[in-house]
Amino acid sequence: MPAAFVPLNLAVGAARLSRFPAHLLWIAIGVAAMVLFVVFPICNLVVPATSALHISDYTVTLLGKIMCYAIVALAMDLIWGYTGILSLGHGLFFALGGYAMGMYLMRSIGREGVYQSDLPDFMVFLDWKAYPWYWSFTQHFWYCALLVVLVPGLLAFVFGYFAFRSRIKGVYFSIITQALTYAAMLFFFRNDTGFGGNNGFTDFKRILGFSITAPTTRMALFAITGAALLGFLLLGRAIVHSKLGRVLTAIRDAETRVMFSGYNPLYFKLFVWTLSAVICGIAGALYVPQVGIINPSEMSPANSIEIAIWTAVGGRGTLIGPVLGAAIVNLGKSWFTQALPEYWLFVLGLLFILVTLFLPRGVAGLWLKRRA
Amino acid sequence: MSIGLLSSGAGDRSGGVGTGRVMTTGVDVSHRGILYLESISVSFDGFKALNDLSLTIDAGELRCVIGPNGAGKTTMMDVITGKTRPDAGTAFFGQTIDLTRLSEPEIADRGIGRKFQKPTVFGQHTVFENLELARKADKRVWPTLTAKLDSAAHRRILTILDTIKLTGEAKRPAGLLSHGQKQWLEIGMLLMQEPQLLLLDEPVAGMTDDETLRSAELFQSLAGDYTLVVVEHDMDFVARIADRVTVLHEGRVIAEGSMQQVQQDEQVIEVFLGR
Amino acid sequence: MLLYLDTLIDRVAVASRWLVLLAMLLVATHAGGAVNPETIRDLALGEGDARASAIAAIVASGDPSALSLLQSMKDGDVKTTGDDRVYLIKGEEAVDLLTGKTVKPVPDNLDDLVINNRLRRELGMAIAALRLSSTERAARLAAARELQGGADEITLPAISAALAAETDAEIKNILALTQASVQLSSNDKATRLAAVRALAQSDSGSVKTLLLALLERKGGEYVERDAELRAEAERSLRAVEQRLSTGEMVGRVFSGISLGTILLLAALGLAITYGLMGVINMAHGELIMIGAYATYVVQNIFRQHFPGAFDAYLLCAIPVAFAVSAVVGMVLERTVIRFLYGRPLETLLATWGLSLILIQSVRTIFGAQNVQVENPSWMSGGVEIMTSVVLPWSRIAIIVFAGGVLALMWVLLSRTRLGLFVRAVTQNRGMASSLGVPTVRVDMLAFGLGSGIAGLAGCALSQIGNVGPDLGQSYIVDSFMVVVLGGVGQLAGTVYAALGLGVVNKFLEAWQGAVLAKIAVLVFIIIFIQKRPQGLFALKGRTVEA
Repeated sequence: MPAAFVPLNLAVGAARLSRFPAHLLWIAIGVAAMVLFVVFPICNLVVPATSALHISDYTVTLLGKIMCYAIVALAMDLIWGYTGILSLGHGLFFALGGYAMGMYLMRSIGREGVYQSDLPDFMVFLDWKAYPWYWSFTQHFWYCALLVVLVPGLLAFVFGYFAFRSRIKGVYFSIITQALTYAAMLFFFRNDTGFGGNNGFTDFKRILGFSITAPTTRMALFAITGAALLGFLLLGRAIVHSKLGRVLTAIRDAETRVMFSGYNPLYFKLFVWTLSAVICGIAGALYVPQVGIINPSEMSPANSIEIAIWTAVGGRGTLIGPVLGAAIVNLGKSWFTQALPEYWLFVLGLLFILVTLFLPRGVAGLWLKRRA
Repeated sequence: MSIGLLSSGAGDRSGGVGTGRVMTTGVDVSHRGILYLESISVSFDGFKALNDLSLTIDAGELRCVIGPNGAGKTTMMDVITGKTRPDAGTAFFGQTIDLTRLSEPEIADRGIGRKFQKPTVFGQHTVFENLELARKADKRVWPTLTAKLDSAAHRRILTILDTIKLTGEAKRPAGLLSHGQKQWLEIGMLLMQEPQLLLLDEPVAGMTDDETLRSAELFQSLAGDYTLVVVEHDMDFVARIADRVTVLHEGRVIAEGSMQQVQQDEQVIEVFLGR
Repeated sequence: MLLYLDTLIDRVAVASRWLVLLAMLLVATHAGGAVNPETIRDLALGEGDARASAIAAIVASGDPSALSLLQSMKDGDVKTTGDDRVYLIKGEEAVDLLTGKTVKPVPDNLDDLVINNRLRRELGMAIAALRLSSTERAARLAAARELQGGADEITLPAISAALAAETDAEIKNILALTQASVQLSSNDKATRLAAVRALAQSDSGSVKTLLLALLERKGGEYVERDAELRAEAERSLRAVEQRLSTGEMVGRVFSGISLGTILLLAALGLAITYGLMGVINMAHGELIMIGAYATYVVQNIFRQHFPGAFDAYLLCAIPVAFAVSAVVGMVLERTVIRFLYGRPLETLLATWGLSLILIQSVRTIFGAQNVQVENPSWMSGGVEIMTSVVLPWSRIAIIVFAGGVLALMWVLLSRTRLGLFVRAVTQNRGMASSLGVPTVRVDMLAFGLGSGIAGLAGCALSQIGNVGPDLGQSYIVDSFMVVVLGGVGQLAGTVYAALGLGVVNKFLEAWQGAVLAKIAVLVFIIIFIQKRPQGLFALKGRTVEA
């Protein structure tokens, strides 16, 4: 028997405190929007590099990347923190969104690749004569944008339908999602599947006609990512504070009772699972043009499980928690991998252990405790 | 008190957010019976949990089911609520609803409510929210997402809160309630579902004498409008409330009748006292 | 069919006997004892054809002394002064090969003989042909194998002669095939037909290529004109292919079972920690890795301090690997895992953290590169059941080892007090505790046992694969799949699932390649679990509430 989900043995009702007063919320969002859409562009693009107020391109890219991760962590929180289903395959949905965007970016390189062919370099290299069928229409941005949503969404829907219908729960579900992303990684690693093998897609030149390396493009992508993050935060808030959100938490805490109350958990899980996958896909699509590469290592089981730790560090079952967690862990990672690369895995490993043992509500939980 | 409780209210329903689903599921009780179990058998790896069990419950009845441990009481409830599929036999709710073909949520939606032996409530939600979630409504995903609590529903929740004596606890998380309070909350949640048939598995276990007394009053006031099947070990409690008592042993019915009749049954005496 | 084969063999035998006779005649005409000076001169100083026939003559002579001559020549110890004199240089002195006189000191105007690649190859073949008459089986076998690749008309008589005299079945088989393939290029149709028939006995892939060449078509025309020969070749080809595919099948089943036992070893420990105790230990792979490194350390100690007993290091490594992994496992259980009992998702994350720390620790201590673990000599080589199918000893040893571990584990769980306690605790912790079972110690020991078995798996894996810090990562998904597929808490299920997965995986691999096979298996398991969420060997139980 797979062990049944055991509810968090925490101060019951802490979730209650996470209800931010509405006026404070709007002020916070206003401030965040100011910073993202006014302060950053000015400090990066207008303020000269010599000034102390200048924000470097490196910082912009790093924060843009972290905001993508924050979106992923938020998606993870919806399914894990609120609904109690731990996915170890969210990296797959992220990567699929990234690949869909990457296909468009590859096609917009045009003939400027090394081989000056209509086909991407890796296809020329592997002696492909034409695009395979699944690359059809990928030269159109909007079609790819549709793929970003549809591919992770459909995969999650189909997979989730079968898994939830069979009442696969708890650790079983986690392990199967891990196997899913592992299988996908092996698949994408192959050269003959038409996704660039282990190198994936890279060397992008432009997006929608704008040079992808131009500071203004970079800043635009940064701002769009910021807007997406704020948007998903609000969407998340709307969901978890709706009756549906309460049903999700109820599924986490006492699924049988939910069933005998007349709700079919299958469809509620499926809804939030698919939504979560789609959000991940969008995050992946925003990530790829900023980072400039997408390859199958994004689908490795280690990556997916790291997403869980972002959420856990920040505090699952709260909305701001995952954002904090993604920021803390990834800023730490970027500092460590430069300063003390050999210690990063120790730190990450300790984070996993200490957070689960001593900080089950994460950083947000600490803050909530103080407020309580 | 029970009158307000039972006026579940047409206004309530019309104010629902359903999108085209028939929310009142008619149970055809034209032949008096509301639940028909016929020749039900369930076995787990050779162990016969239910062995050719047949049982009929009339609409509006308050039936108590007793029996020693392992007699099949919980398995019987599992079969009625769709949690376990019988190997053989039929289970009908009213004249037309075949319970063996429906899932747990569908059965709950048709009007069968079940209280577990161990009280199960949503610990992180407030008492009020627990009742709100249980309330009869369109329980599909989209209507649930857009659901708003109207004033009729609000009033009804307050009524039930009063019934189960938890008005003062409305804003507390259910996980912090005492064992007895959780039992009552769960019963309150069942009432919010407006079921036709309530299955109560040891509803007064862990309650104080006072609470038990009040439960007995509550159940008796519910009988008539609702049909209740109560599984209980507390014989005094059973004797106080039961119209009719069914005795299960080794997966089958060995006696049925009033408490007095049952108490004089040879086989029952043997089963309960003979070992 | 059998009868037909018999006559075939008879015919081949007759043909080869003729050849032996021919060879003997040649021997008689050319040399009476030592290699004659004419031949040596031709060999050393002659032009292409003269040299070739000189070699043929020497081979035909079967003279053992000729062997050292050819060898010296090949090694460049035979030199000339250019005036028709050929010397064999032996350190301080030289022997005039034409006269047999010893010259001292060595003449100072020596030149190397001109030895081109063709001659070098022919020398090699001739040496091998001469060695066929060696009294040592190993030398003959090596010579026969060498000839298999490059025999020609020149070495044919020697091969035929050796074939007649050979008693060892394996060598005989090789020689017969070699002979037949040389005879295929003969001008005599009967010889060729006999050769084609003889080839039907083969189970080697190169023979298949040889026969296929006979059936090749160029521009609609058969390269081989003779229809009768083609028909015979077709028949032989079918026989060879039949045998080859049987061999392939046997090989595949074997490698499938081998993979299965590896999976089994990796999953057995998990069957205890996850299957019985319900602990999701994502660091299980790292416990395997630690077992492999323990083996590596033991190997190094043996190499440094007891080089004489190196072959025995593995026997010592087995308990060490078990102990090290068991201790590490118990430490993990005491310090982290026990605080998370009953919270599987949290256990999963915390043990993942543990695995990261273990990986990085090993990297820090031993370096990020793979380390070399050498097989003991008794593990190298293998059982050759067909030319194309060799079952390596290392794999066979692991199969036996896995069987032993399984048996021990079964005994331990079903026949000892610890096993009884473990089962009691996993079934009802509270009840076991109130009956006086020391649950805390049982938890620790059971986890130690599961971890120790992971260490044993690591010890076994070190013998057949790379040992590096990431070793465990590649097994964790697979071993969980095995346990999940087999049904949690089911030892028999684990065994069937591991072996089944191994064999299925290898067959899919042959059909669709390794990666797609792996994907297919994963997808299969995902679908399978939909249908039977409790695994292959599920016990139905009474429903447990909530």
